[in-house]
Amino acid sequence: MVRAIAGPAELLNKTRERYPVVFDVLGGAGLWVLFAGLLIAALILYTQLFVVGVIFGSIIALGAMGLTLIYGIMKFAHFAHGDMMMLAAYLAFFALTGRIVGERTEVDLGWSLDRLPGATTQLGPLSFGYGLLLAMLVALIATVALFIALDYVIYRPLRQRGSGIVIFAMTSLGIAITVRSVILMLWGAEPRFYVKGIYPAHHFPFGITLKADQIFIFATVAIVATVVYLLLFRTRIGKAMRATSDNPDLARVSGIDTDQVIRWTWAIGGALVAVAGVLLAIQAQLKPELGFTILLPLFAATILGGIGSPQGALVGAIIVGVTQEVSVEFVAPGYKFAVAFVILILILLLRPQGLFGAKA
Amino acid sequence: MKADRFITPAAWALVTVAIVTLSAARSPDLGGVISFLTGFATLVAIFAVLALGLNVQWGYTGIFNFGVVAFFMVGAYTAAIITKGPATTEYVRYVGGFGDKLDFIPFLDSEQWLPFLFGTAGAAIVAGALAFFLSIPTLRLREDYLAIATIGIAELLRRVTIEERGLVNSDRGLIGIPAPLEKLVDPPEYKFIFFGIAVALVILLFIALEWGIRSPWGRVLKAIREDETTAAAAGKDIFAFKTQSFVVGAMIMGIGGAAYAYYSRSVSPDAFTHFFGTFLIWAMLIVGGSGNNKGAILGAYIVWGFYSITGLLRAYFADWGVDVLELRMSYIRDFVVGALIVIVLLLRPAGLLPEERRISLFIERENKKPSPVGEPDSERTGSQTDDPPDKTKGSGGLAS
Repeated sequence: MVRAIAGPAELLNKTRERYPVVFDVLGGAGLWVLFAGLLIAALILYTQLFVVGVIFGSIIALGAMGLTLIYGIMKFAHFAHGDMMMLAAYLAFFALTGRIVGERTEVDLGWSLDRLPGATTQLGPLSFGYGLLLAMLVALIATVALFIALDYVIYRPLRQRGSGIVIFAMTSLGIAITVRSVILMLWGAEPRFYVKGIYPAHHFPFGITLKADQIFIFATVAIVATVVYLLLFRTRIGKAMRATSDNPDLARVSGIDTDQVIRWTWAIGGALVAVAGVLLAIQAQLKPELGFTILLPLFAATILGGIGSPQGALVGAIIVGVTQEVSVEFVAPGYKFAVAFVILILILLLRPQGLFGAKA
Repeated sequence: MKADRFITPAAWALVTVAIVTLSAARSPDLGGVISFLTGFATLVAIFAVLALGLNVQWGYTGIFNFGVVAFFMVGAYTAAIITKGPATTEYVRYVGGFGDKLDFIPFLDSEQWLPFLFGTAGAAIVAGALAFFLSIPTLRLREDYLAIATIGIAELLRRVTIEERGLVNSDRGLIGIPAPLEKLVDPPEYKFIFFGIAVALVILLFIALEWGIRSPWGRVLKAIREDETTAAAAGKDIFAFKTQSFVVGAMIMGIGGAAYAYYSRSVSPDAFTHFFGTFLIWAMLIVGGSGNNKGAILGAYIVWGFYSITGLLRAYFADWGVDVLELRMSYIRDFVVGALIVIVLLLRPAGLLPEERRISLFIERENKKPSPVGEPDSERTGSQTDDPPDKTKGSGGLAS
């Protein structure tokens, strides 16, 4: 019975052992060619969807970069990542407008960033003023503090006890549920917006139409990604983080303070989560359930790029974003988020270590 | 750890007292209370089935299934379309609808029970097949890959039920699902019959699983959970055993889904959220004690008890005019369920009823025999222990 049940999987494994070349080509160069072809085809045939996909992908990229760092250094799947993105977005909303749901009606706390002089005056063609940028900063500081506090109170005791990765992942899921219910308690289930109103799209060559906000999103991601790159590859702590990600034990015996590395990882992850959350809310809207929905593209991008590889997460996220947007041409829009799942299964079958991961 | 001994009975008693008093205080007569409590207990039994299924996967084998709702939902829908009659109007579209053709045994009112046997078996088979196909790309990899993949399949299946309009009537769902033996008694009394069926199902599963885990098969599963490399070195086909465990657990969840469909008489995509279908079941297993079938059942009781209590409290808050709490009750209980998972994992990782260290049926039989005089009985291993093995594995499985 054992044999019979394991049949197809056995076959897959046998094929993998007997014809390694097939899988090496399929899973190595083949995947690269496949995804490169996909991106180029999307660029030529569906230019508008491609551009929108790149912008959505770049938001995913920020989240996925934080996720991949946490995954690479602490070795567990941080399931609270999506909900933390939403929490950061709501914190920015709170800092900007000072509003929460009270007894039955909306409560305005009476002090908020949009009351600063000129804070809501639109910055050029953008839909928001400098108040939102300040709110993003407030959310960023709050999220970083929250991440470090959660590590101190919850994850550190688990680490000291030597809990397995699955216990960490489970705990992060408990935190995700808690965070989402806090959002619902304070701000309700109705969608919210930073700025009300409809803003015109601008026309560009090749039939591309974009809103100024979308260009702002892309520029912000480019700047933040550059900062993360410099932090990881040009500073001492970045070097220590990469070393810990490669081999935690070796890093520790080499004199790297892994506790400090972990704190930095949470801090960078938190900062990325905050920016990604606010950008997502600018692009779409604030909705509590979005936190869990976004989790699948986040993980697909992380695994596609290879766990622990920020540049991989960036590439993976763009691929996931573009594929999702272009899929609307072929399948019902409801399946948009399921596209990430298909990519995930494909990569798990062919190249579980991801595009940028070293071969196991 | 003296205080520890009182936590489990205290939690049990607290939930029982709260649910009985809160429901009694609002009901006009005894019949209402009994009716409410029967409905509550039936749902506990259904959730216990789901928690037992998850216990096979996670408690015994360490398989990290975050998509319980996928198997739950597939089971419920399969049972619904097998037992329902064909669609009558053009506004309701779904596949299947074999209910009125399945009563081919010409005696004993076979339309009262035979379709439901087919429905439940069908639910188990479809859920098991889903688990089997999902296991091929994922079970060889790190545990958490399976978790992500199962979240994905759950989300995908929810989308499929909504988007494929002709499949299971899209987002309006299916209503009017028949229930087993419902024509035997008057409708008001039927809930007692169904309660009996649900309890019988839990007892049956419990006995089967207790027997299974103490069989050689169960020992291999536990060995895999503790240390895959060692189990592989002992010549066990890790992947085959994990697949079996995953499929068996999923089949049990499918049966739980079928029971839920017969109980609620309707299924719709709204009911099968990640929270309700997955995280609640996980909370039950973790609070109750993973690796212990009694723990899974106790966890179902306590967590669903808490859930029902908050539902009752909501009505009280409405009476008292405490709007702030009344409006947020459903969020508050979600918050508590999430916090409960974190707190239990942090402070009492083994749950309320920690796993019993059981080795095998053979050793238990040997221990029951009177031991010869003078022989040390240090080999007795069938007894309970407060010190369960740390079931959490180091990072990475074989293939990581």
